[in-house]
Amino acid sequence: MNQRRSGLARRGFLLATATATAAALALTAGCSADTGKTADSKNAAEAGTPKRGGTLRAAFAGGGANETLDPHAANLFVDAARAKALYDKLADFGTDLAPVPRLAERWEPNETLDTWKITLRKAAFHDGRPVTAEDVLYSYRRIADPKGTFRAKASLEPIDLAASRALDANTVEFKLKRPYAEFPNVLAAFGAYIVPKDTSSFDRPVGSGPFTFGSFTPGKSLIVKRNDAYWEGAPHLDQVEFVVATEESARTSALLGGQVQYAHELTPATARTHEGKGKIEVVRLPGSSMQGFVMKTDRPPFNDKRVRQAFFLIADRKELVDGALSGAGEVGNDLFGKGYQYYASGLPQRTQDLDRARALLKEAGAENLKVTLDTAPAATGFVEAAGIFKEQAAKAGVTVEVKVGNKDTYWKDILNNGTFASYRSGSMPIESHISQRLLTGSTTNATKWQQKDFDDLYQQAQSTRDEKERAALYERMQRRLYDEGGFLIWGFADWIVATAPAVHGVSKQAPANTLDWARFDRLWLA
Amino acid sequence: MARVTRQLNWIGRRLLLGLGQTAAVVLFIFVLTEALPGDAAVALAGDQPDPERIARIRAALDLDRPAAERFLDWAAGLVRGDLGTSLVSGRPVADYLTGGFGPTVTLACATLLVLLPLSVGLGVLCARREGGPLDRTLSALTLAVHSVPEFALGVLLATLFGLWLGWLPPTAVGADPVTEPAVLVLPVLVLVSRPVCTISRLVRAGMIDAMASPYVAQAQRYGVSGARVRWTHALPNALAPAAQQLARTCDWLLSGVIVVEALFVIPGLGTVLIDAVAARDVPVVQGMAVVFGVVTVLANLGADLVARRFAPRAEAVA
Repeated sequence: MNQRRSGLARRGFLLATATATAAALALTAGCSADTGKTADSKNAAEAGTPKRGGTLRAAFAGGGANETLDPHAANLFVDAARAKALYDKLADFGTDLAPVPRLAERWEPNETLDTWKITLRKAAFHDGRPVTAEDVLYSYRRIADPKGTFRAKASLEPIDLAASRALDANTVEFKLKRPYAEFPNVLAAFGAYIVPKDTSSFDRPVGSGPFTFGSFTPGKSLIVKRNDAYWEGAPHLDQVEFVVATEESARTSALLGGQVQYAHELTPATARTHEGKGKIEVVRLPGSSMQGFVMKTDRPPFNDKRVRQAFFLIADRKELVDGALSGAGEVGNDLFGKGYQYYASGLPQRTQDLDRARALLKEAGAENLKVTLDTAPAATGFVEAAGIFKEQAAKAGVTVEVKVGNKDTYWKDILNNGTFASYRSGSMPIESHISQRLLTGSTTNATKWQQKDFDDLYQQAQSTRDEKERAALYERMQRRLYDEGGFLIWGFADWIVATAPAVHGVSKQAPANTLDWARFDRLWLA
Repeated sequence: MARVTRQLNWIGRRLLLGLGQTAAVVLFIFVLTEALPGDAAVALAGDQPDPERIARIRAALDLDRPAAERFLDWAAGLVRGDLGTSLVSGRPVADYLTGGFGPTVTLACATLLVLLPLSVGLGVLCARREGGPLDRTLSALTLAVHSVPEFALGVLLATLFGLWLGWLPPTAVGADPVTEPAVLVLPVLVLVSRPVCTISRLVRAGMIDAMASPYVAQAQRYGVSGARVRWTHALPNALAPAAQQLARTCDWLLSGVIVVEALFVIPGLGTVLIDAVAARDVPVVQGMAVVFGVVTVLANLGADLVARRFAPRAEAVA
């Protein structure tokens, strides 16, 4: 036993040296690497030598009945975290939401950006079979099955799967229906996991992920064990047990009481109470959740852009972040994706200007305006933010009537109905935000932003090979939205996870649902 | 013999009535869940309410068929003993019930084991010391505890015994109550807290009445010992109303312990029900309604039998 431990410790030491060297290199190499990643590897290096062994229990909010080990049916955070432990995607999102290669070693588009060649890395499923191009095609076809209802189906829509084929065991050729410069985003889409060919039962899931299946009781727990043959190196932990505790107070108690070592999704109030007291470590993942209001741009009063501009100026963003998010977040600038790749960070930060707002409303003939604000306890801070905005609007002479709806059906209720509503979004690339919500044909276009010239800009960006030129096009789109769009984005909420002090290696940068979020293969217990 | 047949007749009538009541509850639940805004497809779509996807889910789940047709299908299945399958996961509803049954029944039984002797003991004790300082203290205490919501009490106990003192596990997360019974202590304490107040007060009132009754006075005149009068003559009469309250407590333990299950992470029937309602998983909700209906009917039947046995004179009332 001792013999083994010392051997493991040595390996751990080598690993840590490698990480530290990498960090040093990144630092001396200057700023070419993105800052988030550099800071992360530095954190990992500072936290000490990874130790092998141990079981980590992680508590997530769950869905009882909704829980499934079918990675394509993943819908909740806990599903995604479990799927990530057992499976891999071709790519995943880095901390800036740019796609990072995973099972795909590299991708190359053709000249017209409508055919992409994906080369797979050497990886194996838990039963020893290699991951091949056929497995990739099978998985994608399963997700895109016209009869199926898998969430990633919409993301895979640009692929012409009938025309796509395996060039050889390690190479997939995807034919697209149209040029798509940001195609790697599809490979990283939520739920686009690779399962072995012909899999249809997930009672004993076999994936290529860092952990292998142990046991599963729906609504209660999933146990996974270290996959020593993992292509990225075996995880440090022997075992991870995912447990479900839907009540936030229960997750907190379990963590404080030592029953779990990782608790996902705590409230800012809990974090403040226990932060820095030594019992638990609080990790705030910035940029995880965008918070705002949607104004429907196709109907009065918001079909007049001056009214929308007035509303942009009514919001006191600091007050909203402090009040509705208990200060756990940062102010927004009416644009999605602060800190992400292509974010237009050069635009001036908007602040409250009630005089200008009043003048704009007067110009638009909308004095003494009355609007109904739809909200529901569908996300943290929704109802609070609505109340705060109501007060702010009153100062500009606008009467906001807050209507609290049903949280289970909220998102569908506000998609086409009403004029003004609370809104929130998890992290996704700015490109996905635009294609899913801001094009004429977008399926979840809650602001009813349907502008021909905007659509054209998007299409132009997708047929542009040069990344700089593409960035310029994204900036033009965002400038347009900043000036007169329908999203009043007042803040970005931190995502709060907490761990026992013995847990190391938790990324402090990764927004929820990105690669380094809930990455249990990178954690170790000291 | 005649008495036994009469008794069986009575039970038969009660069971028939119970069956009707259960059917009515199930129909009622179906109508209510239909009346809820949105269906399983909408709930499943969550914050990605792509209309085309919702339509596809709806078709895949047969939700586009008329409500009456779906209900009749389900009822036909029920007659065959088939509770149907979940809309969300496709697993049989029976799995959900059996999965949730174990933890809930364990919790309910543990609660009853503590509750019965405790409330009877307290009730008798208070009745003996009627008006004394002990009676008044206990009465004030039971009233006070009764007015504390379970959620608040649960958080308080978990913080005090689980986190500050570290005597007991603050939640039951990931634990098996059979091998680690310590995880049940706090949930049982919370569950006992309210019914013990009502039942002990009913026992106390019943005892005081019974002790003042002519037959107790008669028994005392015959020289029957005080303890015997109290436990074998007065108590059974005092228990009749308490038994009926206990039946209500049993229903509550099965369906009303949602707060405690959520607070202490016990994956029982209450949790299953809440999740199913949020997901608009109608077959699961209906399956739960059947189970709760049947249990309620049986528990009340049991309570009435006990009441008849203990206090036959109350028969006319029942």
